Amino acid sequence: MSFISNDIIIDKYLRKDMLPTIFCTGCGIGSVMNFSLRAIHDLNIDMNKTVFVSGIGCSSRVPGYIYSDGLHSLHGRAIAYATGVKLANPELKVIVFTGDGDCGAIGGNHFLHAIRRNVDITVISINNFIYGMTGGQVAPTTPLKSKTTTTPYGNIEYPIDLSMTAKVIGAPYVARWTTAHPVQCINSIKKALQKTGFSFVEVLSPCPTSYGRLNKMGTALDLTKHFKESTINIKLYEKMLAEGKTTDKMVIGELVDIEKEDFNTKYKRFCGELK
Amino acid sequence: MTNDVIRLLGKKNLFIQGDDAVVYGALIADCRFFAGYPITPATEVAEGMALWMPRLGGVYVQMEDEIASIAAVIGASCTGVKSMTATSGPGFSLMQECIGYSCMAEIPCVIVNVQRGGPSTGQPTEAAQGDVMQAMWGTHGDHQIIALAPKSVQETLDLTIEAFNLSEDYRVPVILLLDAEIGHMREKVVLPEIINVKVDDRVPATIGPDKYRPYRTGFTRTSKVPEFAPFGSGYRTYVTGLTHDKRGFPVTTSAEVHEELVRRLVEKVQDDMDIIWYHEDSFLEDAEIIVVSYGTTARPAVSAVKMARKNGIKVGHIRLITIWPFHYEKMKEVLKNAHTVIVPEMNLGQMVHPIREAVGKNTKVISAPKIGGAIHTPYDILKFIEGDKN
Repeated sequence: MSFISNDIIIDKYLRKDMLPTIFCTGCGIGSVMNFSLRAIHDLNIDMNKTVFVSGIGCSSRVPGYIYSDGLHSLHGRAIAYATGVKLANPELKVIVFTGDGDCGAIGGNHFLHAIRRNVDITVISINNFIYGMTGGQVAPTTPLKSKTTTTPYGNIEYPIDLSMTAKVIGAPYVARWTTAHPVQCINSIKKALQKTGFSFVEVLSPCPTSYGRLNKMGTALDLTKHFKESTINIKLYEKMLAEGKTTDKMVIGELVDIEKEDFNTKYKRFCGELK
Repeated sequence: MTNDVIRLLGKKNLFIQGDDAVVYGALIADCRFFAGYPITPATEVAEGMALWMPRLGGVYVQMEDEIASIAAVIGASCTGVKSMTATSGPGFSLMQECIGYSCMAEIPCVIVNVQRGGPSTGQPTEAAQGDVMQAMWGTHGDHQIIALAPKSVQETLDLTIEAFNLSEDYRVPVILLLDAEIGHMREKVVLPEIINVKVDDRVPATIGPDKYRPYRTGFTRTSKVPEFAPFGSGYRTYVTGLTHDKRGFPVTTSAEVHEELVRRLVEKVQDDMDIIWYHEDSFLEDAEIIVVSYGTTARPAVSAVKMARKNGIKVGHIRLITIWPFHYEKMKEVLKNAHTVIVPEMNLGQMVHPIREAVGKNTKVISAPKIGGAIHTPYDILKFIEGDKN
């Protein structure tokens, strides 16, 4: 992994006339954008052949700042738009930035079916456990009892686990980290980008403005510490399971890494057989 | 590619249903991406595309719903591939937000709506013309789409090609409004000499990537339609549904930027109204009563007008082929000598409204509705012409 300076990343990969970003102080989305661009830089990916697709929400603003083709689509529909892009031009590298609400609520169905179809795209889901853009409403990922502007008495709905969902539907690559794991995160994004088929990287990310404030969890740093404390690496987790122990902590790490033929390859092969 | 189409389609004369004609039209127009979801009475379009796309180097994909279908179609079109989806009322309702996106981001696409009885699930196998207003105003905000309404299977094929051309020329969603009657009716169709078919492509970016602005117009021509750079071409275009400036960057709080953009989106189509507005007329010279029809309803309307003419009634007929945008000026002009205008529709009166607005208060405009699935008989319309409203 190259430890190049931020200046090089900014200079090579960002649309400088779009800066500064709209992200709040302490927001983790900028970090995830940084991790992603470092992964792209390390892999020397051709930005003329890369399309960033997003839906609506804070995280969906990321493609606007990246100097490449970008498709800022509709709320929840990023993966469906991305499917069209990738199927129509398989030469393009298609990367989706999405949030937890965009991906897990309004876009949940597209998420499931793109995995089922095994479309060759990389989905980076920035999970801040809340709807940030609209000012802090409950999300499908909001933990039980958490306060949001629409759960003033605490959340009573069970949250969805995006990475585990991706795993059970059959995504060939799934990893989950937090913004406190930059090196691991960059490595997983690199692996995801190299995987042929649907790859999913979920990054738990602090939203001090909404989630932190409403739940009295302190600063971005406090939230990041909380993420570190409330998660457990899959390797440790499996060890615990083997010992008959259990935990409430969220499992992070590389959750799936298998080979599976993707839609485009299958389609191309069967078209060839028809001729 | 068109040579492949000629070779694969084989026979010049076909006996096919309207939904199949859409497929053949799309193949000839170079459509190479179809995403859809099964729905009566439009399913046969998807079935046809599933059969042909893999043989022509195109893509067929059945998505998880109609929203995903049109989303994939727009995504595919961003790469420069001509793309289409086909649906009916319930699916068309689901697609509305993405249709607005296609208007705002100026991504060409063709949406086929084989209309059935509504509202809601309604009458899946019965014909209707209930989505006429929805085609124009189903998505929110000011915008302009183009909608075409064929009256026969042959015309369905021809207008499908035209739908792609208009969509490419103006970078707007074009809606082909069929109904269950035409979609499922079999008629003789003569495939056009493909070599003679006019197939348009969106105007490509000609200026270098450093100077290119995705939504700037007037690089090489006076049109209000910007030049297109597909994804992957090195132009690095940012496409958004937010109000954007000429660079394509979001500018969401400036009244000036919003007004300039939205006015251009509407004007780029309306400025060319005379070119886009297709219609057909008969017996207009001395007509005191004029029947205005479109789609399937034009068939009994023509018969009714001929019957009335035999009875000595001075009646004429206009058939709208382009139903949106509505040409107020031209309609006012062609209807100016009539004292009565009759508008038969398979709905409770939709197209009758802009017609009423066009002619003003001095002309009587009568709606001749019929719903439930059966099409008007010529006698249904003749009764209105003869002034017998019972």
